[in-house]
Amino acid sequence: MINNKEALMAARDEAKKQVASYKCRILVCAGTGCIATGSLKIYEELLGLTKNCPNVTIEFAPDAGKDRVGVIKTGCQGFCELGPLVRIQKGDEVIQYVKVQKEDCKEVFEQSVLNNNVVDRLLYTQGGKAYKHPTDIPFIAKQTRIVLENCGSVDAESIDEYLAAGGFTALEKVLFNMTKDEVIDEVDKSGLRGRGGAGFPCGKKWKQVARQKEPIRYVVCNGDEGDPGAFMDGSTMEGDPFKLIEGMMIAAYAVGAADGYIYVRAEYPNSVARLRNAIAQLEERGLLGDNILGKDFSFRMHINRGAGAFVCGEGSALTASIEGKRGMPRTKPPRTVDKGLWEKPTVLNNVETYANVPKIIIEGADWFRTIGTEGSPGTKTFSLTGSIENTGLIEVPMGTTLREIIYDIGGGLKNNAEFKAVQTGGPSGGCLTKDHLDEPLDFETVKKFGTIIGSGGLVVMDVNTCMVEVARFFMSFTQRESCGKCAPCREGTKRMLEILQKIVDGNGEMEDLDKLEELSKMISQMALCGLGKTAPQPVMSTLRMFRDEYVEHIQDKKCAAKVCTNLRNYVIDPEKCKGCGKCAKNCPASAISGEKKAPHTIDSKKCIKCGACMDNCGFDAIYIEA
Amino acid sequence: MGVITIDGRKVEFTNEKNILTIIRKAGIDLPTLCYHSDLSTFGACRLCTCEDDRGKLFATCSEEPRDGMVIYTNTERLRKNRKLIVELLLAAHCRECTSCDKSGNCKLQDLAYRMGVEKIRFANYKEEAPLDLSSPSIVRDPNKCVLCGNCVRACEELQGVGVLGFTHRGADATVSPAFNKDMVVTDCVSCGQCRVYCPTGAITIHSNVDEAWKVINDKDVRVVAQIAPAVRVAAGDVFGLPKGENSMGKIVAAMHRMGFDQVYDTVYSADLTIMEESAEFLERVKNGGTLPLFTSCCPAWVKFIETQYPELSANISTCRSPQGMLSAVLKEYYRAPENAKDKKTVVISIMPCTAKKMEAKRKDNWTKGEQDTDIVLTTTELCRMIKSAGIDFNNLAPDPCDNPFGIGSGGGVIFGVTGGVTEAVLRRLSESHDPATLQAIAECGIRGNETGIKEATIPYNGIDVKICVISGLANAHQVMQQVKSGEKQYHLIEVMACRGGCVNGGGQPVQTTGMRDKVSRPAGLYDADNKMAVRNSDENPLMDLFYSDPLFKGKVHELCHRGHE
Repeated sequence: MINNKEALMAARDEAKKQVASYKCRILVCAGTGCIATGSLKIYEELLGLTKNCPNVTIEFAPDAGKDRVGVIKTGCQGFCELGPLVRIQKGDEVIQYVKVQKEDCKEVFEQSVLNNNVVDRLLYTQGGKAYKHPTDIPFIAKQTRIVLENCGSVDAESIDEYLAAGGFTALEKVLFNMTKDEVIDEVDKSGLRGRGGAGFPCGKKWKQVARQKEPIRYVVCNGDEGDPGAFMDGSTMEGDPFKLIEGMMIAAYAVGAADGYIYVRAEYPNSVARLRNAIAQLEERGLLGDNILGKDFSFRMHINRGAGAFVCGEGSALTASIEGKRGMPRTKPPRTVDKGLWEKPTVLNNVETYANVPKIIIEGADWFRTIGTEGSPGTKTFSLTGSIENTGLIEVPMGTTLREIIYDIGGGLKNNAEFKAVQTGGPSGGCLTKDHLDEPLDFETVKKFGTIIGSGGLVVMDVNTCMVEVARFFMSFTQRESCGKCAPCREGTKRMLEILQKIVDGNGEMEDLDKLEELSKMISQMALCGLGKTAPQPVMSTLRMFRDEYVEHIQDKKCAAKVCTNLRNYVIDPEKCKGCGKCAKNCPASAISGEKKAPHTIDSKKCIKCGACMDNCGFDAIYIEA
Repeated sequence: MGVITIDGRKVEFTNEKNILTIIRKAGIDLPTLCYHSDLSTFGACRLCTCEDDRGKLFATCSEEPRDGMVIYTNTERLRKNRKLIVELLLAAHCRECTSCDKSGNCKLQDLAYRMGVEKIRFANYKEEAPLDLSSPSIVRDPNKCVLCGNCVRACEELQGVGVLGFTHRGADATVSPAFNKDMVVTDCVSCGQCRVYCPTGAITIHSNVDEAWKVINDKDVRVVAQIAPAVRVAAGDVFGLPKGENSMGKIVAAMHRMGFDQVYDTVYSADLTIMEESAEFLERVKNGGTLPLFTSCCPAWVKFIETQYPELSANISTCRSPQGMLSAVLKEYYRAPENAKDKKTVVISIMPCTAKKMEAKRKDNWTKGEQDTDIVLTTTELCRMIKSAGIDFNNLAPDPCDNPFGIGSGGGVIFGVTGGVTEAVLRRLSESHDPATLQAIAECGIRGNETGIKEATIPYNGIDVKICVISGLANAHQVMQQVKSGEKQYHLIEVMACRGGCVNGGGQPVQTTGMRDKVSRPAGLYDADNKMAVRNSDENPLMDLFYSDPLFKGKVHELCHRGHE
């Protein structure tokens, strides 16, 4: 039972001793990405090998002559593209293995665990160079990991591992050395801004809740990450659940809350399981409950699983959902800080925001401000997806340029394709183009270009992407996920989607662009909630930066990226065509004709753009005309 | 307290809860579809959005006033945005206005005209949804729903029933009962308040007008009617008479012209109810019967108890409602060959209420296996019939009701307003009937609709009779909980499902624009009461006649109480 400061310190020392006693730690990534590529089987295999090896043991204080080896499931190690990931750690020496298969385990165990050899073929290579130590890999070397500090190096399911990594030092500090106001001031001074999308100053929010007359307050964590292509918060929750909880506890102490709620989407079963496990361990050890560490601070944690509605990431819809109501945003004021969950003052921050707090408390606001930019201090986690070589989870200082992220960390575009744009802020954001590659990514700068940092999804697009189709995709997402409450969003996004569909189908008219602009303006000015107000963003952004593509779709009936099916023009290259007749036989619309052994032709009027001819041509004679 | 500047004019405000109210008080009828002062603020239509001097846009329904604010209600972009929103709503809406029950009284139609929506550039994407005709009281037409949520909130917040809710997302969002069940199988109490708050024709009264015309025009049928108290102070609304004016004489005259054979007054049976219910009350008090006694005049309330608090069913008075009593008495009267004269008798009741349609179909309101009230028409339907017949209502000379069921007391007239039944009971129980006593009863705390729960204690025969008067079923929820827990003890509880009583019933004409008038109709009834020669039910000369009539001898209980089916 950890019920006072001394007990906490003793527990931490004991945990450190435990961790230090490992001769070797086998760190298997058990983030969602690696689990999907089979990392749990790798874990079982390596655990079996360790248990069955007479020379080593997994027990603490092993018999003489045996080395202690830990087989540990960690949170996301970041390099999701190359899973399953395994690290072999011996003191400061770490080997990062990528794409480890079950068959590789025995060799890894024998060579790198029992001996000090490296299995070269499992190392990450880039530009002909193999990297052994994870922090040497450019993808990781260029990152600054604060939020994700423990992700990938500690057991996300063990409170002792978190303690050994210095866990609850920040809580100890606030409970024993700081007043509530001092905690809020420190967070305020740090300039930490909400990482959920809007970038509202965190300290200011806490202050607004702390000064309420109502004595009952709540601390709520938004873990309802719903942007397409975003997985930062999920990775943080499953990779370092204790840190998130410690951050929430500090917030609860500062604003005087006795209950905390984490709203996690049910599509994140790993996050839910690890948070539940963390809460159970903390309750068992006395770090959650009444009079924590013997102080006048009682706090309990609750988990609510969301059913996956995007709109439940909106503050008032989220609290409504926790209350068991339909997840619909309500009109504001009152704001959540005044009347949030159960109509009580509520601190509602997102996962990453809370996860930043412990380090700020330990290192101080001034230290935090040395990272990032003046207006946006600290780091930001991003999930790097789309046409990028290194898909994965990254954390960089605010103000890092897009070029650094895409080329230095991300390793450039897939297949060395030409960069076209990157979508930031998901369906509420917009795109940045090659004109912005050297602009710093921070709250203020991206706003100038009509987009937002958002929660941190970066979807990289190459020249084979049709921007009209991108806009249509996001609009279909927003319309489907609209709660249907306010008329501007419900009806407006529906009509925008209809128009975009009409354009990608090749039936657009120039006046449709005026309608899109008219609807965009109205929705952004009139919609009820933030998600509705920002729903037209992807369209407005692409219309601004890629208007010529819209015009090309409408006037020339062409999609240069060859994405829009209806605008594809299949053509047979007479040079390559052998006249085998296979395409004509496969064509369901009888659009292809030609003499045997002579080049065939496609009647574009009959063609239904199914692509069956191209897929089946043995001579690569059929192509799509741009 | 403070001053805000609206379109350049300074306007003082005191304790208004939002800017919208101040703007409307300043004489600007800002458009809204989802705002209603009786309901919680929803903020879904966004039409009341205005902007301030910094160009910030906000919905005025949810914004609290702050001293010194500068607000513009009618800027170019606001005008454009509002017009586009109305266009979008219309585009996803059934547009067969001419054949819509709400035509001429529809907020959306009104807004389309006001905003100048001349062309709708978008096709309706919605598949036509079937009407829900299952309820005898109301009809749901999802094709006309603008998702303002008024019905959802009225049902939940005012009535505590919560039958309706939002389902699906995005453009597929709809309002429906859970699992899209038919209204008739839900706990809907038929009060019709959803229809009162619906700005469009998405919820309308289940009309029985055609059936009524059919029997009126059938020469072999004697059509006898009864008119409920609250109808007389509401019908005039439709014809532009002053609000709350008692137009009973004109209604009777119009009905005579339309071909109703006999027109009687439900006030008569309100008096009969007082006689029977007072007797039942005294009997329960004397013999230790189930108390508190719940009034049974309101069918929505009766169904509410049966569905939400079945364990309290025995508390409900066994008395039929005034509609039920009079219909049963009329049917019995015309069963006698000397009155029947070889004609079939059909009873049509004119009610302020949609739930009465449901009550008429309940077998515990039937006699000898026959439905007593054949057709129930709401005030709204009757007015439509008068218009259809082309009768110049406003210039009609008044007709008296027919007899022997056409006279009632003042006590019966005030049945149409919350507290009225209780007041009439108190008059009956009171030994003295002098003006001072009546005045004292009127002022004992049971009048007024400022609160939905009123209490009074009246000494009677050595006991302090504790009375509770409730209007609005959500308030009934609160009191039922207190009664069940023992926190509150009463002898008599009067409940009217609709806030303010039957004057605000689900079948009454509804004012769709501007601020709704809540005072004129009750004032009209109290005024009528004051002008009555007879103010106490037991002094109605027809009561003695009824109780001594050999025709009804030995049948009083069967005709006046439920549970003889």
